[in-house]
Amino acid sequence: MNAPVAIESITGTADSGRITKRFAALKAEGRGGLVTFITAGDPDADTFRDLLSGLPDAGADVIELGIPFSDPMADGPAIQAASLRALKAGANLRKTLDHVRDFRKSDDDTPVILMGYFNPIYKYGVEKFLADFKDSGADGLIIVDLPPEEDLELCIPALEAGVNFIRLATPTTDDARLPAVLKNTSGFVYYVSILGITGTKSAGNDDIQFAVERLKRHTDLPIAVGFGINSADAVRDIGTIADAAVVGSAIVNRIAADLDNDSRAKPGLVDHVLSFVCELASGVRG
Amino acid sequence: MEPVNTYRSGPDETGHFGIFGGRFVAETLMPLILAVEEAYETAKSDPAFEAKLTYLFKHYVGRPSPLYFAPRLTEHFDGAKIYFKRDELNHTGAHKINNCLGQILLAKRMGKTRIIAETGAGQHGVATATVCALFDLPCVVYMGATDIERQKPNVFRMKLLGAEIVPVTSGTATLKDAMNDALRDWVANVETTFYIIGTAAGPHPYPAMVRDFQSIIGIEAKDQMMEAEGCLPDTLVACIGGGSNAIGLFHPFLDDSSVEMHGVEAAGKGVTTSKHAASLTGGSPGVLHGNRTYLLQNDDGQILDAHSISAGLDYPGIGPEHSWLYESGRVKYVSATDDEALTAFQLCCRKEGIIPALEPAHALAHVSRIAPKLPKDHIICMNMCGRGDKDIFTVADALGEVI
Repeated sequence: MNAPVAIESITGTADSGRITKRFAALKAEGRGGLVTFITAGDPDADTFRDLLSGLPDAGADVIELGIPFSDPMADGPAIQAASLRALKAGANLRKTLDHVRDFRKSDDDTPVILMGYFNPIYKYGVEKFLADFKDSGADGLIIVDLPPEEDLELCIPALEAGVNFIRLATPTTDDARLPAVLKNTSGFVYYVSILGITGTKSAGNDDIQFAVERLKRHTDLPIAVGFGINSADAVRDIGTIADAAVVGSAIVNRIAADLDNDSRAKPGLVDHVLSFVCELASGVRG
Repeated sequence: MEPVNTYRSGPDETGHFGIFGGRFVAETLMPLILAVEEAYETAKSDPAFEAKLTYLFKHYVGRPSPLYFAPRLTEHFDGAKIYFKRDELNHTGAHKINNCLGQILLAKRMGKTRIIAETGAGQHGVATATVCALFDLPCVVYMGATDIERQKPNVFRMKLLGAEIVPVTSGTATLKDAMNDALRDWVANVETTFYIIGTAAGPHPYPAMVRDFQSIIGIEAKDQMMEAEGCLPDTLVACIGGGSNAIGLFHPFLDDSSVEMHGVEAAGKGVTTSKHAASLTGGSPGVLHGNRTYLLQNDDGQILDAHSISAGLDYPGIGPEHSWLYESGRVKYVSATDDEALTAFQLCCRKEGIIPALEPAHALAHVSRIAPKLPKDHIICMNMCGRGDKDIFTVADALGEVI
């Protein structure tokens, strides 16, 4: 009943094209990309809006936004805390889409990926969500707890609606399983470089290189590598091995470092975080 | 919903009971989940596996647990005849050990060298620590900091048995957060570690596997009732947190249409308040901890805190098979409040000389509502799934007594 459906069979609406364009541009520039992760609505709606709108100039090539969730099972302490801060400040899925819509008024090029867990989307209603997602101007989805075995839930409807469904491949995804994981993937492939949760440990570059080469043998899609990448040097290294490096917890930690005891943003938070993103981007921008 | 020929054939090959169940886990875990399923399918048809489990059930757990006619409660309610399936007499004091033995045998078969578990009340943690001692495997138990505080005797028991207890402070620091952190551990240690899930929930094959290991309760009860009364019981009653003791009692009877089944959720301070743990009565379908099932959640799909005086029922979800049995109408789901459970707890102590756990005290609270209205030849079989030694501090506190 939930057998993966071949992508050839999906004749959906065309997607926004921003992801493809951005990776093609990176290739033309001959450099790796920087994907930055922050949680939507963290630490509050206004501060988040300033962070989001500042990311492209700071050097983010692709923006990944976490959909706040009460029980983020694949995330480490930094992103768990970010989710809870956002929820406490009133964030939700609808407002997350509103943020993207606002962002699109001033930026029509930077791809925006929403990353999260299935329950908020399931509760929102898959069909309605996909319509609102398209309307907001977002480009792709990464849903941590939807493996290919559950493709009928959201992956297939998303592809049919012209929404990129970006799959996670991991060190445990062996060659036998990889084709099933890649089959209904679009936009790019996100390689989780470690066994573990976000923001905890880092993989060695040799292991990552080996893994990326393995993925490249199975797919023509760009490969972004994430988990445990936390400095300009690491971004530089990954940028030479893969098509893009994803940094999440390290940025989220910079947000946390500029909060007062009641989790309110201190003056200077946005500048500090965006300068850190600039520093990270220097790893792939020479 | 379409009528079905059998209620016992689920889950389907993709791990679904109707729309419930499934495998909603991160890709890192998915290959292992498939390996667990394969290992379990092989073990199920291996007579040596069954023989080992049967031996341990008999000589280590003390099975079969008695089916006991409760004369004074029957007289007190002056209605239906009341029987208790005495799983509180098992080694470690609850039904949890049935499942832990099955899963650790599977872990050994798979060559895993480290065990993790989550626990709420601590009964599953104690049972896991126990089987880890028996099989000489290191054991790490995730337990909410709030629960560690209210279940101190079980925390110390686990330590005596050699387990490492990791306090969970994330989220609300209760059972759901302990399960989150156990899953996080598993993702990081997927190659060496087996996760012994304590209830009939989680990603497929856990709900089916835990049910199968717990079904010994219902299988025995059926035989014992035939011996005692020469017929099947009319009504089965069991409490429900995740629902493993209930599914263990119910499942072997599901196709016996004369047998009514009542699952009793924890209504806490009342299902109309925000402080309860009744996922079916007060929740809606959602996806958490690897399966689709009824959950306590808000309109945005954020999981809400559960509340119950019983730490073992204090979970915002329920096993997916119960969600399916609820929607199909085969099992009736009701609830009992903290106060009703406390009253039943005390009644059971005085009338039968049995100190029940607060979890089955919820089941007894429901029995006390229905038994007086039923005829004298009506037979109720209630699962006394745990003993109350662990709860005496909680109960004393609730009754305003200092011990």
